[in-house]
Amino acid sequence: MEPTSPPADGGGAAPAAESRSELVLHVNDVAYTVTVDHRTTVLDLLREHFGLTGAKKGCDHGQCGACTVLVDGRRANSCLLLAVAQDGRRLTTVEGLAEGERLHPLQEAFLDRDAFQCGYCTPGQLCSAAGVLAEAADGFPSHVTPATADPTAPVALTADEIRERMSGNLCRCGAYPRIVEAVADAGARPGGTARSAGQEVAR
Amino acid sequence: MKPFGYLRATSVEEAVRAAAGRPGARFLGGGTNLVDLMKLGVEAPPLLIDVTRLPLADIEELPDGGLRIGAMVRNSDLAAAVAVRERYPVLSQALLAGASGQLRNTATTGGNLLQRTRCLYFQDTTKPCNKRSPGTGCPARDGVHRDLAVLGHSAHCVATQPSDLAVALAALDAEVQLHGPDGERTVAVTDFHRLPGDRPEQDTVIRPGELLTAVRLPPAAPGARSRYRKARDRASFAFALASVAAVLEVRDGVVGRAALAFGGLAHRPWRARAAEEVLHGAPATEDTFARAADAELAAARPLRDNAFKVELARNLAVSVLTGLASPAADR
Amino acid sequence: MSPDPFPLGPPPYPLGAPLARREGREKVTGTARYAAEHTPPGCAYAWPVAATVARGRITAVDAAGALALPGVCAVLTHENAPRLAVADDPTLSLLQDDRVPHRGWYVALAVADSLETARAAAEAVRVSYATEEHDVLLTAGHPGLYEAEIANGGYPGTRERGDFEGEFAAAPVTVDATYIVPPLHNHPMEPHASTAHWSDGRLTVHDSSQGATKVCEDLAALFSLDTSRVTVVSEHVGGGFGSKGTPRPQVVLAAMAARHTGRPVKLSLPRREMAAVVGHRAPTVQRVRLGAGDDGVLTALAHEIATHTSTVKEFVEQAAVPARMMYTSPNSRTVHRVVPLDVPTPSWMRAPGEAPGMYALESAVDELAVLLDVDPVELRLRNEPDTEPDSDRAFSSRHLIGCLREGAKRFGWLPRDPRPGVRREGDLLLGTGVAAATYPVYVAPSSAEAQAAADGSYRVRVNATDIGTGARTVLAQIAAAALTVPEERVHIEIGNSDLPPAMLAGGSMGTASWGWAVHKACMALRAQLRHHDGPLPAGGLTAVADTRQEAAERSPYARHAFGATFAEVQADTVSGEVRLRRLLGVYAAGRILNSRTARSQFIGGMTMGLGMALMEGSRLDPAFGDFAECDLASYHVPVCADVPQIEAHWLDEEDPHLNPMGSKGIGEIGIVGTAAAVANAFRHATGIRLRDLPLSADKVLPRLRARQEGTG
Repeated sequence: MEPTSPPADGGGAAPAAESRSELVLHVNDVAYTVTVDHRTTVLDLLREHFGLTGAKKGCDHGQCGACTVLVDGRRANSCLLLAVAQDGRRLTTVEGLAEGERLHPLQEAFLDRDAFQCGYCTPGQLCSAAGVLAEAADGFPSHVTPATADPTAPVALTADEIRERMSGNLCRCGAYPRIVEAVADAGARPGGTARSAGQEVAR
Repeated sequence: MKPFGYLRATSVEEAVRAAAGRPGARFLGGGTNLVDLMKLGVEAPPLLIDVTRLPLADIEELPDGGLRIGAMVRNSDLAAAVAVRERYPVLSQALLAGASGQLRNTATTGGNLLQRTRCLYFQDTTKPCNKRSPGTGCPARDGVHRDLAVLGHSAHCVATQPSDLAVALAALDAEVQLHGPDGERTVAVTDFHRLPGDRPEQDTVIRPGELLTAVRLPPAAPGARSRYRKARDRASFAFALASVAAVLEVRDGVVGRAALAFGGLAHRPWRARAAEEVLHGAPATEDTFARAADAELAAARPLRDNAFKVELARNLAVSVLTGLASPAADR
Repeated sequence: MSPDPFPLGPPPYPLGAPLARREGREKVTGTARYAAEHTPPGCAYAWPVAATVARGRITAVDAAGALALPGVCAVLTHENAPRLAVADDPTLSLLQDDRVPHRGWYVALAVADSLETARAAAEAVRVSYATEEHDVLLTAGHPGLYEAEIANGGYPGTRERGDFEGEFAAAPVTVDATYIVPPLHNHPMEPHASTAHWSDGRLTVHDSSQGATKVCEDLAALFSLDTSRVTVVSEHVGGGFGSKGTPRPQVVLAAMAARHTGRPVKLSLPRREMAAVVGHRAPTVQRVRLGAGDDGVLTALAHEIATHTSTVKEFVEQAAVPARMMYTSPNSRTVHRVVPLDVPTPSWMRAPGEAPGMYALESAVDELAVLLDVDPVELRLRNEPDTEPDSDRAFSSRHLIGCLREGAKRFGWLPRDPRPGVRREGDLLLGTGVAAATYPVYVAPSSAEAQAAADGSYRVRVNATDIGTGARTVLAQIAAAALTVPEERVHIEIGNSDLPPAMLAGGSMGTASWGWAVHKACMALRAQLRHHDGPLPAGGLTAVADTRQEAAERSPYARHAFGATFAEVQADTVSGEVRLRRLLGVYAAGRILNSRTARSQFIGGMTMGLGMALMEGSRLDPAFGDFAECDLASYHVPVCADVPQIEAHWLDEEDPHLNPMGSKGIGEIGIVGTAAAVANAFRHATGIRLRDLPLSADKVLPRLRARQEGTG
């Protein structure tokens, strides 16, 4: 595995034995034991090795959010996560949101609101939205949360809150207004994880 | 990306030892910048030492009333911490003005401070860059540099430090704790990031093999209020064109304690000492604030296309200080 | 126009109904598969190598380091890559010679067992060049500019009517202004990707494309095959906005690599490389001159643009074309000048021509309104032409006035104090602006097949592409309406070049072109069914149709969609940040065939227009010759927080001169008026006329100060 010419940084590449590791990853409640190239990201592992192509590669640099998955319940850009460093983590991808044939309230809401067009950013939007609902319920503030808000209480998901919190997920088709409505709908549903001010949502 | 080794450190000592034994090794935190740079070919470490599972993820109260923030505390957790929101709002605001929800969930406190410039030339390995490849030149100086430095740059580098967090910490007189082969040391955040000078490859004063383990915040100044404001090209998820972090205490219409720092203007978060000198003891008026900002920004040397940043920084500073001095301001 | 009238009427005919997207469930569950999401057994991965010089020749390629990496299958270069037939589109002549026409042009391709290794191998390829001087900077006075004969869309480059110079000189009120639109990038969320596979001399490709028929035809030509030996599948496509309208490098490279290695090969273009190889909206420097009487009626109109193209092929952004038909203009001059530079090849981006051209024209009209102190809505009403000025043809339908009036009412346009700088909210200055929008009606030949099955279901096959428009759904609606059967009994097959060939999804003509063929096939099937007695045979009954004849007929009418866009913006006097507050569009685009998906498309176009107005734009780096802003961190597209309130409405427009559905295209008109409406609103807010997009803080702030100091 040694390169034929010394790398420019003079550091020397890792020997083959050192460049792969075995790990266990729980994806949508299924445990996968795999040996991965250390260079492999969670996104590429899901897409190219596990056949879970729901998470999308839009930019591969954490700039678009299409690859968003939940890691131990929190949203993250899977394109920037090296798989080897996620050993033992529990991942949820868009394929794991529904319970069997029963769609997640967010999925229902996205369908009801026509909150997507080409669909490529949609899995990332959905996973991100699931993270948003949980984060708001857990009282995580955002850039637009008033400074006067009670730091120990859940954050009400106004339209402004949803817009700001969903801004890590680009949609070039411009489905944003519908996405905001859909997230508000899902948050307001009985059993939804967050409160919502659906009426404030822009048309 | 070249193949690399991976080691999951179980203690700070082990991590530091491993780094000492492998020149070019890098510590892996959230990876939101490092993995990005590895994909770009800017970084090609032979070994990654994963420090995310070290016991550095807590926020602790210090006996003096300050806080100790573990280097592995995630940006979103730090921004949400009740102690931070109540006592250091500028810090929470700075974090929440940066990146996206996903990135903040992943990025760590230490990694945020150590993130590298987003100068377009630095990120493109097919082009010269003194920071990336010392001695190759700085095409940004005469090239595309609207987003780059107006303060403290050198003939060798006009890059900016992109961290929002660092700007707030600079205004809060925070310190970073470093753990290296020769033991521990503490450096003020304002001394941690360097100016480029003739060694732009060195972003900070961190030494090879040193691990950033924590950030210490001194007690919040009683009676002081703080705020972060950032200007950017779109409403969210963009780096700062310029930003300002301010802590201000006004007593009987006169400025008591004042700390001001600029972001997006220089190779490091720019603590505005000259402005603070004007502020201290002066009447808390817009005129004072404007004089203070001007005193600091007199040193600005804008490039061909970024003179607007000087005015922007001035306006932001005056606006934020005026807001903090006004009793009605709450953020 | 249609030999067989379209069945109109109340439900159960589902035309216009807000039916949900047929593929919606697949898209929200992550099971919809895009081009890079097919991994045939033995699939290898490719990673391209981009030229690092702006102009020159390759003198040597050293692939030894790359080939020495374990798992590398091949490195393709111009020395060993399969030979291609001469391409109609020279941007597809990849790895055929040593020429480097621009930085970022692909010069090699690494293929390996894994994605990680392919990338490392590409990085290890060493290419040496003999460089030549380059020039990438468009200026209005560039000595290389020439008058283009033909602009994109087949329009004549120059048109003159009457005596522009004389009337302009005589006009009591004139506007003479130059507007600049920077290079813009489509950046669909799905990068261009292909998975190619050869088997028994047959090529099968999953490609991210707006039209698999065109890709199939071009691949067959390049590889000297009959089209029957090439299958291109574009089942789900993650947006294109023009950049996937014709084959792009990925599909040719993947097919070459698969042929060279004998394995299936997957290639997904790195986002950072897209700006250089998939096309961009060319920058334009646009001079608009308006001469009007004191009543505001235009007597002279000139729109002259300068733009760039590459040295690879000529592409001329037809930005001056809408000025030929928008307003009364007895004396008119419209000119396109172009200069070939050492830049990436420009191409289609959502509403090529109209989007940048109407930004300039509608800004100039606003300037005229300010000069005359006439309400800008009213000024447009005064310049409504009776016939299309350029051709003197009657409009098949033109409801610009209706859009302006309806929009003004819904937006709350009046009362409006025309003075700038007087609406303050703290540090914010507020303003409103309006602009008109238009987009031509096109149609292209397509074919379709309709089948009635013995079980009472129907199958419609047409190689349409769904790039996010909801093509499956609307075609099912058209078929169901034609067949007068419930929509759920119609099964639709699209996105495969083995289906009856059809027009690509572009030019806002997909639905019209496919729908016409589908309608025709369904009407033929209905006729067959009428004459059929007894149960259907096991194989059902099938009818095929194509619309070559219908599409070739030149309409005696000028056919365009129209719209009006209203915007409210805020300008922060502290930071120079300009943000949208409200955006409202009203469109007259014939019959709207699915109100739900149509609304989404209008709003999507408006959102992209908002990006064009406020944040999008890249620069060609004069020293290196590439686009400086090549990723999604530096090239800003709108995020959710940039879009507070945005609405799209439409008029019920009956136009019998279009196609059996009575529809005009809707995919592009949303972007057209938006940039001007936003820029006009900015002017209303601040008094500053910024003629250089985008309205970013670096430009706004100095102008705000100059104005405050009384020098602006």
